Amino acid sequence: MDLVRSVATRLFYAIILLLAVLVLNFSLIHMAPGDVADTIAQSMGGADAEILDQIRVDYGLDQPFIVQLGSYMGRVLRFDLGYSYFYQMPVTDLILQRVPATLLLVFTAQILALLIGVMLGVISARKPNGILSHFVTFFALFGYAAPVFWTGILLLIGFSLKIQWFPVAGMRDVTLIGGFWVHFWDVVRHLVLPVIALSSIFFALYSRLSRATMMETLGSDYVRTAKAKGLPIRSVVYKHALKNALSPVITLAGLQFSAVVSGAVLVETVFAWPGLGTLAFQSIIARDTPTILGILFFSALMVIVGNLLTDFALRAVDPRMRARG
Amino acid sequence: MKHFIKGLFSATAATAILALSAAAQETPTSGGTLVATLTGTPRVLNPAVQSGIVTGLVGAQMFAAPLRYDDGWNPQPYLAKSWEVSEDGLSVTLNLQENATFHDGEPIKSSDVAFSVDVIKAHHPFKSMFAPVTSVDTPDEHTAVLNLAHPHPALMLAMSGQLMAIIPEHIYGDGQDPKNHPRNNEDVVGSGPFKLVEFKPGEHVIMERYDGYWEEGLPYLDRIVARIIPDSSARAIALQNGEIHLSTFESEPTVVNRIREAEGVSVSNDGYGGIGPIDWLAMNTTKGPLKDVRVRQAIAYAIDKNFIMKAVMRGTAKDALTGVHPDSPLYNPDVNSYELDLDKANALLDEAGFPMEDGERFDITMELVPFPGYKPQTEYIKQALSKVGIMVTIESVPDFPSWAKLMGTLDYDMSLDSVYNWGDPVIGVNRTYMTSNIAKGVWSNTQGYSNARVDELLEMAAQENDQEKRKALYAEFQTIVNEDVPIYFLNAVPMHTLYSDKVQNPPITGIWSTSSPMDKVWLKD
Repeated sequence: MDLVRSVATRLFYAIILLLAVLVLNFSLIHMAPGDVADTIAQSMGGADAEILDQIRVDYGLDQPFIVQLGSYMGRVLRFDLGYSYFYQMPVTDLILQRVPATLLLVFTAQILALLIGVMLGVISARKPNGILSHFVTFFALFGYAAPVFWTGILLLIGFSLKIQWFPVAGMRDVTLIGGFWVHFWDVVRHLVLPVIALSSIFFALYSRLSRATMMETLGSDYVRTAKAKGLPIRSVVYKHALKNALSPVITLAGLQFSAVVSGAVLVETVFAWPGLGTLAFQSIIARDTPTILGILFFSALMVIVGNLLTDFALRAVDPRMRARG
Repeated sequence: MKHFIKGLFSATAATAILALSAAAQETPTSGGTLVATLTGTPRVLNPAVQSGIVTGLVGAQMFAAPLRYDDGWNPQPYLAKSWEVSEDGLSVTLNLQENATFHDGEPIKSSDVAFSVDVIKAHHPFKSMFAPVTSVDTPDEHTAVLNLAHPHPALMLAMSGQLMAIIPEHIYGDGQDPKNHPRNNEDVVGSGPFKLVEFKPGEHVIMERYDGYWEEGLPYLDRIVARIIPDSSARAIALQNGEIHLSTFESEPTVVNRIREAEGVSVSNDGYGGIGPIDWLAMNTTKGPLKDVRVRQAIAYAIDKNFIMKAVMRGTAKDALTGVHPDSPLYNPDVNSYELDLDKANALLDEAGFPMEDGERFDITMELVPFPGYKPQTEYIKQALSKVGIMVTIESVPDFPSWAKLMGTLDYDMSLDSVYNWGDPVIGVNRTYMTSNIAKGVWSNTQGYSNARVDELLEMAAQENDQEKRKALYAEFQTIVNEDVPIYFLNAVPMHTLYSDKVQNPPITGIWSTSSPMDKVWLKD
């Protein structure tokens, strides 16, 4: 019963949060000078003043702020995220077109970074002064410090230009003819470099955190007790210590759900990956309010879902969480 | 009639030259897929309601215009097999290709030309193109007569490139708003050599040859895939590793120079005269020290343009001394080039009543909009002007709309800007200098500049059909603006075409780059 109440409370707060995200962002975007008519004029190489006024009338931008906000919120409550001024199509369709590419990129990068990061973090925690530990620390710091677009360009120069193993841009080669597996491998080839670039940030986070928590856990009393009991070291580390050390890593991974949009923007732009990140970037540049708000709505939704999933995962690995209800 | 014969003669001569040079080269082969790039997603594929170079690349393949232009800025037949300008200059008759059809097989008729003119007049961003057209007569299915309120020489360029897309009345005349018509981006029925296969925003536009194209044997290519790759470095690498064949409108100096040294690819800055992009320093002439022409001239003398050309543009840009692109036949190079002269700059500032005190004369702001390449030029100008006591504060503007607002309301002192000519001065030049167009939004007269003689010259030139007289009028206009310095012209934007050596007849001829049809482009094995 406590669980049901807990979920219901969370859902209530989630809806309030989503509405607040929309109202706040709608207001913030409207406070900025200029509007989408200017960016449409930019895309056209300039426009007559009459055309600019017409664009503003067409999209209701000539209406008072409160009328525009009311009209937008009314549509959202009817599950309509509006119509993109710039792309001239429904925002929901626009987002749904881009979501699969971003999910593929971000989840592959996350999973890869999580598996390798945690594994290397644990190994280096066991021998904090070993060569591997220094090696992991170096790569983690490098991944964290290097701007991701720079890493992306370096990867392109190395693996697309010098040794031409991977394609440069996009998600697929549209000139390719073949069956499912031909296209599947084509997408995998296109995915490799963007995933490496994006996972370099996540890898840094996970390996550093898991190394630190694992070192702390390995120094705790119960681990010493387990060792004293004569349990094999592998069992102590991977069966007992790792489970406890994972909690902060899972929490961090949950927080990274917001990276579905934010983390992927630069990587998607460098690799022309047709995802939500590039759409967000282009919509902000274009001041395409309905699209920006739609993406923020989706992003907020991902964070909320991510937090819920994190809770479930923590319950699975940590009995104390289950005991709390 | 005189113009008709002249037009026919030049068309025949050009065709003969083309035929001879083609014979001297290899014989074109049909087939293959050309992979080109777009720097962003086109908002609309239909150029009748949307301008811009991104729409231009795909729009000019799917929609034909009445005319095309050669390297010498001479009109050539396209959808119009011939044309005639009346003696009084008040009508232009277009004789259409008789076997031309839209992509759904419907014939292209004179009524479609009349309909297209109506749509463009009402919805295209460049109102000046067809504003003097009062009506279009259609005496028969293949003859369209454009009647004008006054002579309008700009009409010829306005009927070429991407500027005048002939669109089907039976599709777009269904009562829906042509600006937001659903067939602008889906199931497009065009009049050009290629038809739409698939448009995926953020990914690509795929086009394939239209088998019913009126000109026998054309287009040569089976397909054009226009891939959307926003990052210039990624485009260059994709070209070098053979993923793409063609990248146009590249203006990043480091990228251009890198590709120049690469194997298997070529670089050219030919074919951009019609687009006519110019980088300049805009000055607000309505307030503060910049109201004084001597201050503006002093600024021009204090900036070492050669330094910018060498160190910032790295030798990729052409000099531009006026607001008319240096490739245009109307360009006047005989104006003051404002060579670096700090003594002269200091003398002018003293004369203007801004004495030097402790190495400083006055403070001024310079807006920095996040456009590629603007930062180094802005920082150089700040440093250069400090040498004559003008202390520049750089204000970073977060995005284009914020900057457009500042410029459009004359709420700024100085800013770099890049503005395109779009063929004829009436289309893309006048807007910057006419008193009647002050502060009418972005890329209007955002300098607040007003000179009665300039207004008069531009009005006269807009209606002068005699090319030599017209050239003289624009020459005087350029001299006055050069002396008044509402704008200090830096250079032509170094737009380049980067292409694989497999690409034959690349779009470096003519004046519209890829904003013109690629029906004669072919791929060598």
